[in-house]
Amino acid sequence: MNHSKTGASLKTKVASLDAEGLAPQETPWEEFLRVFTKDYQALFGFWVLVLLLLMALTGKVLTEWWVVFDPEAVRLTDKFLPPLSVPSPDSIPEDRPFGGIYLMGTDELGRDVFARMFQGSFVSLSIGFVAVGISLGIGILLGGLSGFYGHVKLWFITVDTLIMRFTDAMMCFPTFFLILTAVALLPPSIYTIMIIIGLFSWMGTARFVRAEFLSIREQDYVTAAKALGIPEGRIIFRHMVPNALAPVFVSATIGVASAILTESGLSFLGFGVPPPYATWGNILSDGKGFVFDAPWLFFIPGLAIFLVVLAFNLVGEGLREALNPKLRSR
Amino acid sequence: MTDSTKSLLQVTGLKKYFPVRSGLFSRVSAWVKAVDDVTFHLNQGETLGLVGESGCGKTTVGRSILRLMEPTAGTVTFEGKDVLALSSKELRQTRRRMQIIFQDPYSSLNPRMTIGAIVAEPLKIHEIAKGQDLQDQVNQLFIRVGLRPEHQSRYPHEFSGGQRQRVGIARALALNPKFIVCDEAVSALDVSIQAQILNLLRDLQQEFHLSYLFITHDLNVVQYLADRIAVMYVGKFAEVAPAEDLFATPKHPYTQALLSANPVPDPTAPPKRIILPGDVPSPLNPPAGCRFHPRCPDVMDVCKTVEPKLTQIGPPEKGHQVWCHLYG
Repeated sequence: MNHSKTGASLKTKVASLDAEGLAPQETPWEEFLRVFTKDYQALFGFWVLVLLLLMALTGKVLTEWWVVFDPEAVRLTDKFLPPLSVPSPDSIPEDRPFGGIYLMGTDELGRDVFARMFQGSFVSLSIGFVAVGISLGIGILLGGLSGFYGHVKLWFITVDTLIMRFTDAMMCFPTFFLILTAVALLPPSIYTIMIIIGLFSWMGTARFVRAEFLSIREQDYVTAAKALGIPEGRIIFRHMVPNALAPVFVSATIGVASAILTESGLSFLGFGVPPPYATWGNILSDGKGFVFDAPWLFFIPGLAIFLVVLAFNLVGEGLREALNPKLRSR
Repeated sequence: MTDSTKSLLQVTGLKKYFPVRSGLFSRVSAWVKAVDDVTFHLNQGETLGLVGESGCGKTTVGRSILRLMEPTAGTVTFEGKDVLALSSKELRQTRRRMQIIFQDPYSSLNPRMTIGAIVAEPLKIHEIAKGQDLQDQVNQLFIRVGLRPEHQSRYPHEFSGGQRQRVGIARALALNPKFIVCDEAVSALDVSIQAQILNLLRDLQQEFHLSYLFITHDLNVVQYLADRIAVMYVGKFAEVAPAEDLFATPKHPYTQALLSANPVPDPTAPPKRIILPGDVPSPLNPPAGCRFHPRCPDVMDVCKTVEPKLTQIGPPEKGHQVWCHLYG
């Protein structure tokens, strides 16, 4: 009974293989999708991030260009209203929120927390992406140079020694305090924050890329490319970089989360993005004085940061698993 | 010694030393003499088997000839040109004529390129073909090595070891080389696949008049494929002889021991194994005199101090050479 069943399923399986016993064709992209979509945690993280991206983009439009939600409107009549409450009857009609309801309540100046969170999502996300973009750029360049041309001697030290000792020196500083110092000395602006976070977080990427390049440089397919007389630039960019970058992008995903966290931390300490920009960090910071009177001021941005950082980490973890064939069988 | 007009490749006095660095300022404290003064030649259409234990410098010889490593000393003459003196531009042109097939079919193909792209790349880079012509040539190569052309858009991980090795062979053949270094080309495959690949290599040799330097540690493989065999021990040649001669009348004590370790497919044959005492010496600090003397069953006093010179066994045109004081 059981036999015939397994026999039939075996037959269908064999039929789906072609003449040389190869499974139906699957590109690496399809294979990646197949593994990634099976990972529910990563998928959850992915959809949270898609939602966040949409929110950030619409937030930018609806709070700054075509002001439906006004994050800066101060309503002294509507201070400390809890979430889902309606504006008081004696408030100024023009300042009432869209839809006539404060979805996430108001703060100590009667500003709409939902509108502020909406605006802040764009700021937080763009800081995350730009900072990681900068750190990836520096990290890949320095790590790649060190990994591929590391043996070249400059005067009395090798390129590898020069770059990696500089990286080590950078790593010696506690990053957060280094950023804090730099931010305190420079004019406060959202761009300063992005650039500074980027400039002080490339060290991990550089070491990572260097290690990947060192191991890939010794692979036979690179030797084969050399033996075939393929030019060096093509060997680097066609054969080595595509094989080195998958793990780098995994760490970049997690890097976005830590950049958002760093920005929140800076804002919380009062060194972050200056007003009037609302960021999740400074909403949280403003709310910290009213934890007992108006807990939503504290918990809403805190929860948002938690969710986004969690989502980035889950996606990063899922990417790592989907891109690494050695982890796949588990 | 040999007819130099006929020989495709002449290697003379090839040495490759690797520095051992230690201490605070990375001073070179010692040298690993991976290949130490190796001389041989290879004729057009001939297969030279290079056998020896792991770490004896076989692979280093192969890679130094192709200049995938820069040799420390010596000359390599290929088709009348000194390979080691070529500029990088000339070297690229010469590399079209000499290729390499690797041991591990899993790491020798770029996992992010389709096998079609892998085989087509050298043709594109050297501007040998493009467009439909390129496609035709790649199809031809696939058919020639026994792969289906319709599998070109697949990635290496979808294939078995034997199939990947065929892709590696197709890639090496793409530039229509005269000389191929087969670096343990069948060692990573199981025996039935080994036989297929060996037959393929033999057929290709006849068809394209290829010369092989066949590096292996498998005596059965060289017996099947090689015209001449060179036996290497700790960076030096011990014996070079035509294949039949080497198996029939091995002269060097090391060759004799090596051959005795090869199982005979006859359970009733009396065991004649020569067991060598001790271990293979480190190339970091090879023994003085003959490198084999601490383990040699026929050791003499002279072996401990004087390096053996090349000795011809029989008439020189036969090409049976041995580096041993027993015959000096």
